[in-house]
Amino acid sequence: MKRVYVNEQWCLGCHLCEYYCAYANSGQESMVKALKDKTIRARIKVEEKDGISFAVNCRHCTEPLCVKSCIAGALTQKDGLIVIDQDKCVGCFSCIMACPYGALMPNEEGVMQKCELCTTNSHMLPVCVSGCPNKAIVFEER
Amino acid sequence: MEIHQKRMPLEGEERFSSGCAISGLFNKNGDRFSGRDAITSISVMHDRSNGLGGGFAGYGIYPEYKDFYAFHIFYYGNEAKRNCEEYLDEHFDLINLSKIPTQKHHNITDEPLIWRYFVTPLPTKLVNSQLDEKEYTARCVIHINTDIKGAYVFSSGKNMGVFKAVGYPEDVGEFYRLDDYKGYSWTVHGRYPTNTPGWWGGAHPFALLDYSVVHNGEISSYDANRRFIEMYGYNCTLQTDTEVITYMIDYLHRRQGLNFEEVAHVIAAPFWSTIGRKSEEEIAEYTYLRNTFASMLITGPFSIILGFNGGLMALNDRLKLRSLVAAEKGDMVYLASEEAAIRIIEPNPDRVWHPSGGKPVIVTLNK
Amino acid sequence: MGINYLYPDFEVHRDKDKCINCRVCERQCANEVHAFDKELNRMIADDSKCVNCHRCVSLCPTHALKIVKTDHHFKENANWKGEVIQDIYRQAESGGVLLASMGTPKDYPVYWDKMLINASQVTNPSIDPLREPMETRTFLGQKSTKIKRDDQGRLITTTTPQLSLNIPIMFSAMSYGSISYNAHKSLAMAAQELGIFYNTGEGGLHEDFYQYGKNTIVQVASGRFGVHPGYLNAGAAIEIKMGQGAKPGIGGHLPGSKIGEDISKTRMIPEHADAISPAPHHDIYSIEDLRQLVFALKEATAYTKPIIVKVAAVHNISAIASGIARSGADIIAIDGFRGGTGAAPARTRDNVGIPIELALASVDSRLRQEGIRNNVSLVVGGSIRSSADVIKAIALGADAIYVATSALLALGCHLCRTCQNGKCNWGIATQKPELVKRLNPEVGSQRLVNLITAWEHEIKEMMGGMGINSIEALRGNRLMLRGIGLNETELQILGISHAGQ
Repeated sequence: MKRVYVNEQWCLGCHLCEYYCAYANSGQESMVKALKDKTIRARIKVEEKDGISFAVNCRHCTEPLCVKSCIAGALTQKDGLIVIDQDKCVGCFSCIMACPYGALMPNEEGVMQKCELCTTNSHMLPVCVSGCPNKAIVFEER
Repeated sequence: MEIHQKRMPLEGEERFSSGCAISGLFNKNGDRFSGRDAITSISVMHDRSNGLGGGFAGYGIYPEYKDFYAFHIFYYGNEAKRNCEEYLDEHFDLINLSKIPTQKHHNITDEPLIWRYFVTPLPTKLVNSQLDEKEYTARCVIHINTDIKGAYVFSSGKNMGVFKAVGYPEDVGEFYRLDDYKGYSWTVHGRYPTNTPGWWGGAHPFALLDYSVVHNGEISSYDANRRFIEMYGYNCTLQTDTEVITYMIDYLHRRQGLNFEEVAHVIAAPFWSTIGRKSEEEIAEYTYLRNTFASMLITGPFSIILGFNGGLMALNDRLKLRSLVAAEKGDMVYLASEEAAIRIIEPNPDRVWHPSGGKPVIVTLNK
Repeated sequence: MGINYLYPDFEVHRDKDKCINCRVCERQCANEVHAFDKELNRMIADDSKCVNCHRCVSLCPTHALKIVKTDHHFKENANWKGEVIQDIYRQAESGGVLLASMGTPKDYPVYWDKMLINASQVTNPSIDPLREPMETRTFLGQKSTKIKRDDQGRLITTTTPQLSLNIPIMFSAMSYGSISYNAHKSLAMAAQELGIFYNTGEGGLHEDFYQYGKNTIVQVASGRFGVHPGYLNAGAAIEIKMGQGAKPGIGGHLPGSKIGEDISKTRMIPEHADAISPAPHHDIYSIEDLRQLVFALKEATAYTKPIIVKVAAVHNISAIASGIARSGADIIAIDGFRGGTGAAPARTRDNVGIPIELALASVDSRLRQEGIRNNVSLVVGGSIRSSADVIKAIALGADAIYVATSALLALGCHLCRTCQNGKCNWGIATQKPELVKRLNPEVGSQRLVNLITAWEHEIKEMMGGMGINSIEALRGNRLMLRGIGLNETELQILGISHAGQ
């Protein structure tokens, strides 16, 4: 399965991926409308320390701990992709505790959200990848 | 010439393009025949010319003077003739000189003085020049054509001669009484220039020493070729394709010693993709030729028939953007822009074929 | 602080309605122009630090930014223009030589733009490159003057060493030091993929790049940085750099601050020591000395590499070129005065040398007059900006052309002309690791390949239009050019007729 991979050698720590992610999942047509004067809640997060930076989002593990930990059956694995049914989520945060990557986080309403590789928004292909100015984020089969 | 100059730019003062008809006849056995067949052949392609230039080259026509250079010269005025003859006198032994016999023709007008000289280089001058005989003669010809105003040497080979004029080629043949000459090889040219320069020297064939070229086409590589060949002592005064092609062939064949096949691989070099499919040895050879003589590649449409002592070579550009047909019958080989021009003189050839672009047809006398 | 005589050249305009405070501008500006003001809860900018490199503009996801030339001005004066006055203020302040980079921005005539290309109509067919072969392969090197045959009469096909190019475009010299590791790697990768050559410049060859040797020209300049037998033999050709178009008569100076571990190793000089290239080669004070170096390098490489001699286009360039053509050099590279540089004294860059078009035309003509044009190949550079410039250069007589500025633009350079500061936001003219990483060679090389491929398509299209299907038939084919708006002398030097003639 094609996944999003990050090459920290080329990550500039510009955080554009976060903004493109937040915009893509906002449902808004314009980025300004989607993000102006808002605290963004991106499903990808740039980690930085000592001049090294890289973006982290859901790894879509083959043996996903989050799915195992979900008490409501909201998280499922579908053709390798880990998806969340937000209607089922009860906001217990078990998945947050279980995920070693910190790839799940609550949205404004306290319901869990995660990267679904832009399959559930109108962008079809991961926007963090197309928005990265230095090809530090790639979407490929490995 | 002066009169023409006032009306129109002369050949050489501007570059003109032209379409054309060409034809060539060759007897491999060396049997000589009159210029009549050449006249007949070219007359079929009347519409490929527009009456602004025609000419012939015949080989084997001067057996009695075969060891001497036959200079055919146009003179515009007696002063040009005096100056030129003075120069000839200084550089050559003049064996014989005469007017070239012509007969009045209602379509051929404004003729210059047309003279013929059989010459051989003065031995002392030749030795002092440290040149071989051909190079010496070629340089003298180029000198006359460049520097002696009103004089133009339009034929300078041994045992061959060029006859050309402004007019339709079949009329030019009658004008020069080509029935009276016998050669084993003839080439003929009818010209369709897009301008009306109307200068006799601008008609074709173009010749240097025993090389004569008739050409149909307009080459896009002209200035690249010209500027390159002019490095080696040639002076392209006419600004015509035929002139530069003749000089390149002279350079490659006579001065560099390439054979005609190799000459063709330079001027109509195969594409790199074609070369890449050949044997290793051939790749090395073709690449060497293309690289070494890169600036002599001719692009754009051309079909040429090159006459030389003992043979003919016909060659098309590498894309074959001009028509060229070849045919054989017994000892005879025919080449022409159109098949009809062959069938009018040989209705039942043994073989007719269309030479591919860049593939030379070379015929020589049987040994 | 005293009096600040200089008002910022640029103003950063931010559309407040569009800015989403993502702060990418702030993170990406090495000049620290942008900052987030917590109190105001919006981005602010310090115009005085802006060099107008457009990094922030290009990365702003909402197009909220633009950089505008200030309309602040001195009282109108046709003689004492604002920039002239400012230069005086700068020198009165610093007491130093004004430094500048990239090619001169002055309004000198660009002769490429005053030449028009021919096309076939009626008498001669144009050729469609999509349907017919269209050849751009070019060999650089000396050509045999007389063919030779073996005892069986076969042609002897050995030649002096030649460079074979798929298309007659090469990346010209930019040293590792003046540009970054990643910029070099991008050029090397692209040259390999395109079947052309890139040039190390005078900074030696990083050990990682020896693998690109077949597509590398190694340079020997007056500082001899990084020159050793392994280096000379690593490349496909060796270039002796006598001069550079942007700074004829001037050497080079890479400040110690840029000489980190890697560069120190590559250049074979101590870390943090200034790398100074003398103005002349101190073993070449005349043409006969050049011949010795040419043959020393040939000896060192067993006569397997062509030797290029690169000179700046100066007034007597044709006589110089004629001398070089007889020096044993295989290729002459001429760099015109609009060529770029990583750093040069501004007065030199803007006032010394001549345009490449005139230099090329006069050199090509001279070499032909002397009958030695085939002794050498001619490569020209110094602001070749498009495929049309390439066509015109070849029609004037060049065998191939060198591009550097165009290549840097492909890599992201926005011609802000502040390379000398070493803070290139595009990761090109910098050695700061956090900036260097901004140029991912995978991206960079692809953009270079795209650019040259695009030019190749255009060149083939225009060649086809002229009815020419192989590049050698275009070389020196000046009939394919006409001048527009040029005077008699210019036309005569260029060896072309005026449009309409």
